[in-house]
Amino acid sequence: MDPEKRPPAVSRRQFASVAAAAAAGFILTACGPKRLRELPRERLAALLEDLEKDYTKRFGTAVAVADTPPIQGVTFAYALDLSRCIGCRRCVYACVEENNQSRDPEVQWIRVLGMNKDKGIDFSESDPYYQPAEVPQEGHFYVPVACQQCRNAPCTKVCPTGATWTEPDGIVVIDYDWCVGCRYCMAACPYGARHFNWAEPTIPRDHLNTKTHYLGNRPRSKGVVEKCTFCIQRVRVGRYPACVEVCPVGARKFGNLLDPKSEIRYVIENKRVLVLKEELNTMPKFFYFYGT
Amino acid sequence: MRLCVMTLALALVAPAAAPVALAQHFSPAPLPRAGPPRAEERVEVPPPPFTDGIFPCTSCHATLKVNRVRRPLADMHGDIVLAHDEQHRWCLDCHDPDNRDWLHLASGEKVPFEQSYLLCGQCHGEKLRDWRAGVHGRRTGEWNGHKGYLLCAHCHNPHQPRFRAVTPKPAPARPSAAK
Ligand code: HEC
Ligand code: HEC
Ligand code: HEC
Ligand code: HEC
Repeated sequence: MDPEKRPPAVSRRQFASVAAAAAAGFILTACGPKRLRELPRERLAALLEDLEKDYTKRFGTAVAVADTPPIQGVTFAYALDLSRCIGCRRCVYACVEENNQSRDPEVQWIRVLGMNKDKGIDFSESDPYYQPAEVPQEGHFYVPVACQQCRNAPCTKVCPTGATWTEPDGIVVIDYDWCVGCRYCMAACPYGARHFNWAEPTIPRDHLNTKTHYLGNRPRSKGVVEKCTFCIQRVRVGRYPACVEVCPVGARKFGNLLDPKSEIRYVIENKRVLVLKEELNTMPKFFYFYGT
Repeated sequence: MRLCVMTLALALVAPAAAPVALAQHFSPAPLPRAGPPRAEERVEVPPPPFTDGIFPCTSCHATLKVNRVRRPLADMHGDIVLAHDEQHRWCLDCHDPDNRDWLHLASGEKVPFEQSYLLCGQCHGEKLRDWRAGVHGRRTGEWNGHKGYLLCAHCHNPHQPRFRAVTPKPAPARPSAAK
């Protein structure tokens, strides 16, 4: 089914609040300050400086907020080797640390689904709560799921305030200052990859990653949606995402889809590759493959 | 739960841009050459994961007689038990008998520990090819700049190469009833 035509599943009460939020968003859009991407550089610099001061005060430690732009000629893509992943969840926690996700209430951008080899890839049988003494467990395999960075992203289309969009390098981002928390995008996302801050996020001060990007891991507040950005604060300066670096089995691959010599292209050209929910035509830039 | 309805479609995904240099990707792994490996073939790796104090091996072996007999080791290396095609292999198939600080290939060509991947690649050519492409194993460095590799030995104990099971990090909290 076409995700855009599907009526979002909301109750009447939810609808009322969503409609109100949408209306508020519309007004903001019409007469509010300009969105980040439209700001002239001086105003942007001032804005970032203000944010840095705010965060520094809130966390009692110096926080840097960058606005590193996309690199020309780069479209980021990701590939995950299903034949290697052992379900150890190192990536989940590296991501939490790197991207300043709330520890309490718990927000995690990566969810690792445990699957039964007999059943094949069947999401109705998947279990994200597996906790054996050791992994991989006999007869099981694992499918980590985070934002699929769709080329045809359903989430960005439903946002009433234009708070989420696709950057020129293919990263789907959120401007937390523009998010009104209506959660339309969460209903639209077929991968469950967007997460809502139901309460004020908490991060122990000494665990705060103080190197942040405006569109990525800068601290969020209650009532906004967040998700994986391929570690925008790292990848735009040439680094690998945190999950790629931490993966003990080397199952995670990252690079420039437009570079014929990238790991990503090697995977696409040499391995059996698949995407999740291909029939929805979301066109993920997150690929799964069998490396064996 | 949203994920319940998720299906996984098997799709041979067409690359976004035209495939370039296919031939380059499909070429087989280079065969070990006779003579010392050429300098440009060296890739950047972290130091081999030796136990502290074990290297240089010649600190002992320079004065020890080579013993080619297949046997349980008692006086030293008692912890090394082969579980790697052990029916067909013994220490000196990989370790150079004359200079213990080196490995050697089937051809007799000496290989330093920093290039142990050449040794592994003799029998695991396809893995070596994927590894060079950064797809088996893991890259270090930058995706668009300077890249390094982890040696096979950083992940696989050459003597017992099967990947060891690990303890998983805690499962996510189950959604509370309130939501
Ligand atoms: C398949 C090839 C192969 C075989 C067979 C093999 N080794 Fe090794 N061995 C290696 C490689 C490669 C390393 C380097 C590991 C590294 O980079 O740290 C190594 C490392 C070692 C080390 C250093 C270990 C340490 O703790 O750092 C010792 C000692 C050793 N081998 C002894 C032996 C003995 C004794 C045998 C026979 C029982 C043997 N090896 C069989 C490939 C082999
Ligand atoms: C502290 C001294 C010491 C060091 C250092 C040492 N070895 Fe040994 N090694 C021995 C002794 C002693 C034996 C004989 C053990 C026996 O026969 O029970 C031995 C045996 C071996 C053997 C079995 C074949 C033979 O010739 O007996 C191999 C292979 C070997 N060592 C490889 C290595 C490698 C590779 C290193 C360096 C990574 C290394 N050793 C470092 C003391 C040492
Ligand atoms: C002379 C040939 C040969 C060389 C050299 C060799 N291997 Fe193997 N390897 C084999 C064979 C045969 C098997 C399958 C039999 C087995 O698992 O014992 C195997 C199995 C493996 C496995 C799978 C183990 C499992 O149980 O799943 C790994 C991993 C591996 N090798 C890694 C390495 C690494 C790393 C090196 C280099 C240090 C290496 N091999 C060098 C022949 C070789
Ligand atoms: C980042 C860690 C890492 C590095 C580096 C690495 N491997 Fe592996 N390798 C794995 C994992 C994880 C598996 C799956 C383990 C298992 O199932 O036992 C694997 C599996 C294998 C297997 C078994 C066949 C299969 O497909 O399951 C072989 C053979 C192998 N590796 C060889 C190599 C060789 C040769 C190198 C170096 C050129 C290398 N590996 C480097 C992590 C690594």
